[in-house]
Amino acid sequence: MVNLDAPMRLRRLMFVAAVALVVSSDARAQAPAASPAIDTGDTAWMLTSTALVLMMTIPGLALFYGGLVRAKNVLSTLMHSFFCAGLISVVWVAIGYTLSFGSGGNWLWGGLEHLGLRGVLGTASPLAPTIPHALFVAYQATFAVITPALISGAFAERMRFPAFAAFMLLWSVVIYCPMVHWVWGGGWIASQLGALDFAGGTVVHVASGISALVTAVYLGRRIGYGHEPMVPHNLPLTVIGASLLWVGWFGFNAGSALGSNGLAAVAFINTHTAAAAAALAWLAVESLKTGKPTLLGAASGAVAGLVAITPGAGFVTPMASIAIGAAGGAVCCLAVSLKPRLGYDDALDVVGVHMVGGTLGALLTGVFATATVNPAIKDLSLGLTGGLLYGHPRLLWQQTLGVLATCAFCGLGTLALLVVINAVFRIRATRDEEILGLDLSQHSERAYGFGAGEPVAVVTSAEPRPAMAPPVPGNRFTIAIDGVDPTTLVNRWRELCGAPDRRASDDFKQVYAQVTTIRGPRFRFRGGDREQMRQRLETLFKSVSPGARARLEA
Amino acid sequence: MKMIVAIIRPEKLDSVQQSLAECDVYLMTVSEVLGCGRQHGTVEVYRDQQYEERLVPKLKLEIAVNEAFVEDAVEAIVRGARSGDAGRVGDGKIFILPLEDCVRIRTGEVGALAIGP
Repeated sequence: MVNLDAPMRLRRLMFVAAVALVVSSDARAQAPAASPAIDTGDTAWMLTSTALVLMMTIPGLALFYGGLVRAKNVLSTLMHSFFCAGLISVVWVAIGYTLSFGSGGNWLWGGLEHLGLRGVLGTASPLAPTIPHALFVAYQATFAVITPALISGAFAERMRFPAFAAFMLLWSVVIYCPMVHWVWGGGWIASQLGALDFAGGTVVHVASGISALVTAVYLGRRIGYGHEPMVPHNLPLTVIGASLLWVGWFGFNAGSALGSNGLAAVAFINTHTAAAAAALAWLAVESLKTGKPTLLGAASGAVAGLVAITPGAGFVTPMASIAIGAAGGAVCCLAVSLKPRLGYDDALDVVGVHMVGGTLGALLTGVFATATVNPAIKDLSLGLTGGLLYGHPRLLWQQTLGVLATCAFCGLGTLALLVVINAVFRIRATRDEEILGLDLSQHSERAYGFGAGEPVAVVTSAEPRPAMAPPVPGNRFTIAIDGVDPTTLVNRWRELCGAPDRRASDDFKQVYAQVTTIRGPRFRFRGGDREQMRQRLETLFKSVSPGARARLEA
Repeated sequence: MKMIVAIIRPEKLDSVQQSLAECDVYLMTVSEVLGCGRQHGTVEVYRDQQYEERLVPKLKLEIAVNEAFVEDAVEAIVRGARSGDAGRVGDGKIFILPLEDCVRIRTGEVGALAIGP
């Protein structure tokens, strides 16, 4: 691919230009009524991206969270993500898509023109004119699935399932769809505020993070939180999950270019670099704080970096993505360690990673964004050609307003939903249910079976024989120490045994290797040269008691 | 007949089994147990939260032997379970208990005959 021929280069440029146009908020007005031809390259990449983003939720997020809870709650935690993949997908096709992207809506929601995907098949969306409209719907569906699933980490281990299901359903319709409408569907955050959000830093991460905070506070702490250890039950699952998230994030960010083009490639390398820098930064900070790097720190850091780069993935340079990723890893590590002092029980640190990381990423996008990476910035940010670093502090202000608006709407909306749901369903598991674990109390299932039911390998062997005499007669003998006070003898022996391997004398090492037991002044040997052992033992005790004599017993 | 109960470091199971095999003792029951003695527990850190684990994971071996094997078996366990040249705190303990009787379920043999190597 070194020598791009001219038509190919032109085609690429056109893609970038097309994306720049369609992502901009006033694209709808400019988009021609007849959509451009469907591009097979774009379609192939977006089909791939859609699958990658679904993989982030199942199994990525499911495993990431599943490993972090206690063994009695792992299935309920996996269920949270898996259930979202089912419920939200259906809701999205039925009504969610049109509430988010349908034209002719009001300030809150999109219009109902695509109710049940009416008028979608065989067309292209004005937001992504080179791929089938149905594919754009599917791609956005995977975002709708992961966002509420992210919140589940905050209320893990204590929420009843019916209340959880109702919460997910209502949250996605009442909170998520309006957020998408405002940011990507032509709503006011994009068109009036001019805040940049490439792949969902505010829509997905700040929205889920603030909702997680509200849910964690509303539900209260888990029983025993703060004085009983609540440690991850299976970190390998968590690391597998984090790795799947990292890979899936290429679909999330590079896919948000909505085409197979140069912008996608920029978002791809930025995503990767930020995750890598963040993992290193988290490890560095925790090493300084506690002295050791941890695997959970590396995994959490990578996720924090991915969150932080999400809003800016298609707007910043790869060098800036290192800064954003490193800041995300370091700041999230500190934010997570503050949690115990703040007193709320955000079980799996959704706030510390997603809300803090998402907010930081949105703000740093306002610092590092530049139109040289993506010319569309000029339209999206209402006339600016870059962020603070490029002389436009106003972008940072616009980004701040975007985050604040998201926090206010999602925070208050989530609180209202919780109050309503709690009035209908009981939202919190009872004390008994929680202590038994949600796996058994909510689902009558158990992740790890012990004991009964495990097949045992059958070993066929010769007919057993009674064990009457040992095979080899031992070379055993006893050496008694005379002339040493019993207390001195015991203390001396303990002192010898307590010495580190390096400092133990040769006499001691030789004796220790052969001594089995000591009863009073009698040392029982299992082997070795009798006279030599006697002399060495005598030497060991002579140093504390000159009158010591070792005597070989019959 | 004696019942030998030994608490050892999990990583020493292989060398203990090997040294027991040298004196013809192969049959044993092994369980994973937690315990505390003179050895300090480990400190675990998860996302900057420190948890001191007071109980240390150990293995418990239960071995039924006839009188003639007691000293051999104890010797073998001591040999196999010690760490390093001078031993370390946490190497474990051996308890020797009197054993009333023993029945081999399949054949119905009882007593010393039922204890195989």
